[in-house]
Amino acid sequence: MSVNLIVLYWNYIIVIMLMMAGLYIIISNQNFIKKLVGLSIFQSSVFIFYISLGKVSGGTAPILTGIEDTVYSNPLPHVLILTAIVVGVATNALGLALVVRIQEAFKSIEEHKLLALKKEDGLKDIQIEVSKEDSAV
Amino acid sequence: MSDLQLLLAISLVMPLLSALAVLVFSNQKNIRDICGPVGGLIAFTSAIFIASAIMDGKTVSITLWQIAPGIDLSFAVTPLGALFGLVASGLWILASIYTVGYMRGAKEKNQTRFAFYYAVAIHAAMAISYSGNLMMLFIFYEVLTFSTYPLVAHSQTKEARNAGRLYMGILVATSLLLFLPAIFWVWTVSGTLEFTKGGILPADFPPFLVSVMLAMFAFGIGKAALMPIHRWLPAAMVAPTPVSALLHAVAVVKAGVFSVLTITVYIFGIDFLNTTGSAVWLAWLAAFTILASSIIAITKDDLKARLAYSTISQLSYIVLGAALATAAATEGAALHIVMHATAKITLFFCAGAIYVNAHIKKISELDGLGPKLPLIFIAFFLASLSIIGIPPMGGSWSKFLLMAGSVDAGMPLMLAVLAISSLLNVYYLLEPCARAFFKPAIKEVHVENHILTIIPPVVTAMISLFLFFTIDWVRPLTTLMVMP
Amino acid sequence: MLILDNIPALLVAIPLLASAVVSLIPSARIAWGIAFVTTLICLYMAFELVGIISSTQALSYAFGGWEPPWGIVFVLDSANVYLVLLVAFVSVIATLYAYTMLAREIAVEDLPKAYAVWLLAIASLFGLAMTGDAFNLFVFLEISALSSITLIALGAGQDRRALLAAYNYLIIGAIGATFYVIGVGYLYAATGSLNLIDITDRLNELGTNQAAITGLAFMLAGIMVKAGVFPVHIWLPAAYSYAPSAVSSLLAAVATKVAIYYFARLLFGIFIDITQLVDFFLLYILMPVSVLAIFYGTIAAIYQSDFKRLFALSSIAQIGYITFAFSLNSHSGILAGFIHIINHALIKGALFMAVGIFALGIGSRATMSSMQGVGRQMPITFAGFVLAGLALIGVPLTAGFISKLYLFKAIFETGNGFYVALIALSSVLSVLYLWKIFEVMWLKEPVQPQKIDKEPASAYLPVWLMVTVIMTFGVYSGDVISSGIGAANALIGAR
Repeated sequence: MSVNLIVLYWNYIIVIMLMMAGLYIIISNQNFIKKLVGLSIFQSSVFIFYISLGKVSGGTAPILTGIEDTVYSNPLPHVLILTAIVVGVATNALGLALVVRIQEAFKSIEEHKLLALKKEDGLKDIQIEVSKEDSAV
Repeated sequence: MSDLQLLLAISLVMPLLSALAVLVFSNQKNIRDICGPVGGLIAFTSAIFIASAIMDGKTVSITLWQIAPGIDLSFAVTPLGALFGLVASGLWILASIYTVGYMRGAKEKNQTRFAFYYAVAIHAAMAISYSGNLMMLFIFYEVLTFSTYPLVAHSQTKEARNAGRLYMGILVATSLLLFLPAIFWVWTVSGTLEFTKGGILPADFPPFLVSVMLAMFAFGIGKAALMPIHRWLPAAMVAPTPVSALLHAVAVVKAGVFSVLTITVYIFGIDFLNTTGSAVWLAWLAAFTILASSIIAITKDDLKARLAYSTISQLSYIVLGAALATAAATEGAALHIVMHATAKITLFFCAGAIYVNAHIKKISELDGLGPKLPLIFIAFFLASLSIIGIPPMGGSWSKFLLMAGSVDAGMPLMLAVLAISSLLNVYYLLEPCARAFFKPAIKEVHVENHILTIIPPVVTAMISLFLFFTIDWVRPLTTLMVMP
Repeated sequence: MLILDNIPALLVAIPLLASAVVSLIPSARIAWGIAFVTTLICLYMAFELVGIISSTQALSYAFGGWEPPWGIVFVLDSANVYLVLLVAFVSVIATLYAYTMLAREIAVEDLPKAYAVWLLAIASLFGLAMTGDAFNLFVFLEISALSSITLIALGAGQDRRALLAAYNYLIIGAIGATFYVIGVGYLYAATGSLNLIDITDRLNELGTNQAAITGLAFMLAGIMVKAGVFPVHIWLPAAYSYAPSAVSSLLAAVATKVAIYYFARLLFGIFIDITQLVDFFLLYILMPVSVLAIFYGTIAAIYQSDFKRLFALSSIAQIGYITFAFSLNSHSGILAGFIHIINHALIKGALFMAVGIFALGIGSRATMSSMQGVGRQMPITFAGFVLAGLALIGVPLTAGFISKLYLFKAIFETGNGFYVALIALSSVLSVLYLWKIFEVMWLKEPVQPQKIDKEPASAYLPVWLMVTVIMTFGVYSGDVISSGIGAANALIGAR
């Protein structure tokens, strides 16, 4: 049964693995760029999830050829994911831009180094903020 | 706008105008100090007209507009409100005259600020008495709290600030924690907050919940100083004496018990409370407060502190009357507002006068002072008699009605409570007079005579005496209040 | 007529186009002028919409002539039309406020671009409030998040910590949005539709469905992040406190409110037929979380000395009141929540604006120690600030009181005394932090004769406009209440 499950739903299992890997990277990594990488992986897993949803077994690309009884895959999730990819790219671009600015302002993009800065710079609040983020995510 | 509405508006606006006038004339001391008495006189005159209109069975009300469904911004005079309006505005005249004498005699700072907030506090008290619904009452209850804070913390010492904080803390916290939710509750179950004869709660409201709601009101109205939320009252004694006179005789505490009484009469309805029996616990708590605070009063050597505890005890007479919820008892409670106000303001005036003229605060130092300040101590004596309830002083009427009421309510034990309390009163109130007149002076005291601090207590003592004979002038209002 | 017919689309399209135009303009003043005129036009259109809705009750606008459930629709009913009006009104006021404030807080050459992003944020809020398509909502959610993050990051000119706050918001917000998308995917798998009304119908036929329930859980979790609901609020305090004042006041006033509205719509409109899950969620998750939010936000605010962060924390508590009202799962609960959405938006907007003016006046961040006696030096702003503060506590004759009145009504109708005690206690606690501020700003003498800039009239005018509305709603609440009742009817449907 369990083997069957794995064989039948292998794509979903990959989705879950990617999703967890992405989340783990976001939570555990100290480097702001690596966090963004984690975010990308996390988002990609959702893209694959959508694409899997739309695929109908034995279906072909939904191009109307006039042949009756053709099984088509559902095109809508695939189209949606185009939008989501664009959104993901925008998010990453903005995130990277922010990281550049953080590097300029703080001379570091490592979370623990930013925390170490707190004594000189009154960054006490940041420390609380970041550690909470970790525990909540 | 009819004539009566105009009068109502005048009596409400006059204290505010007088407060503004105080600010305008802050540099001309004499003009500034006349603002209070003049304003008081005008407000009092309108209050008399309003009261007589109410006695003739007319309605006096102003409705501005609706805040929310069932909650109007409106003033409507109830018989009880008319009575309290008379007390507040009438005593304000004397209190403001006395204030001038006291503040100048004691050379207090910031007299303008003081006079301003004093007038604002009276405005709030007048607005409380003429409130048409529970919401308006609550709004001005809070205005009163906030406007008296600068008065309590007037001297701006650390002690005064702390006392001010305690004062504000207890009053604001109880009102937000219990009073306001209780108002919301009433609004939720009855859809209105209008003061209505016979109450506004639905007839099938469970008696247990009535008790809970009553408790929220009784403890939420911290100004009624029911134990265990009486702590703010003695603490507020750091204020200058005119404030104590105002706070502990007229405006603040009376606004508290007035609210409790109004709520029992016009929100719950005394018949409703009586049939459900949900106020019995409150009667016992009031009885406890009466006795306990009398006993504490005996232990106090500071004259003002003793008077403060005496006030707590006397306030509970009124709460007791409300809780007994019979016609006679509520009438007694309403009259006690008047009687106690005149008598207690006399006592505070005297305490302040003793301080300003002889610089003495402790009872044990009063020995032999009587002959030097004879008028003051005679006034003190008369007012004490009124509080004890000995004819021919006004206080005997209210005490008599309260006793009759406790018999009607089937709680004869309350008679004993009232009697014991009277005995304790005799002890702790007559002691200062006895010392002043009969004990030889221990040390030589230099005595001044600030005339403005001596006349007001004598006048209020006379009023106390006068009220015994002219009870028929005010009684119609209370009869109207309990009439079905 | 063409314009009137297309108002829902124009409400998003006009600020979007204006945003593109503004980004090309070199002059900050002209950029501001265009932005301000755009928001005024939006306000006018919002009023038109209210007029239309009050006669027709509901409006569905299909894009490109693709009828629902195939095409994307904007749906307007008597709930979100008021939200649109709120967003439009607040954005006009905030833009007015930005004229002075934004110019002083960020570099001049950045201003036109800032206004471009500003308009983008406003457009996305309109879209969020109106869209009737689950996936389209995700798109607006992300436009809103990315533009807000950019605006928050602009605060770096004043305080570089703004960058970290923006980055945190980006990461947490993106996770939230992705959760939401996962939920939409499940829902699509279960129902085969993305149109919210269509989904409701299909769920009704479907009965209990595991995929739909999972979808709902993911969607709610995602929206909660955006709405700043308690355990996932962590991006909020830093973001609001380091953003430029104008941005804080716009975002604090309306950004979370729109998300909360959608949250309520999911719970009461879309998923209401999955009663077993919705009831469970409301009672066992949302209610405890709301109570925690109220107490956490209030108590943290009491111990906070930085004013902007203090009010951000207080926002968390206030959002807690809104979700608490929703969690009562009754008509009056939703009514109370909706009224508080409107009132709190106005109140918090005014408070953030006033704090911004104070901070500008003393030239540093507004904290308990730097603000001593400043109230006396800036009396006009301070008076407005105090009134807004009183409204936040819920003092009678202010808008906040109406919120409180209906919240307590909803609680008393449940007959649960414990809730009454909790909410009453929290409202007493909230007095504490405002009293603390009042004491510092008014009763204390200024520390040293600080050089205080004059209060700019263009900055305190918006504050007073907001305060006027707050006070008006306090003494004349008829319209707010009737709109709230309309909203509650629209949200809770036939129940």
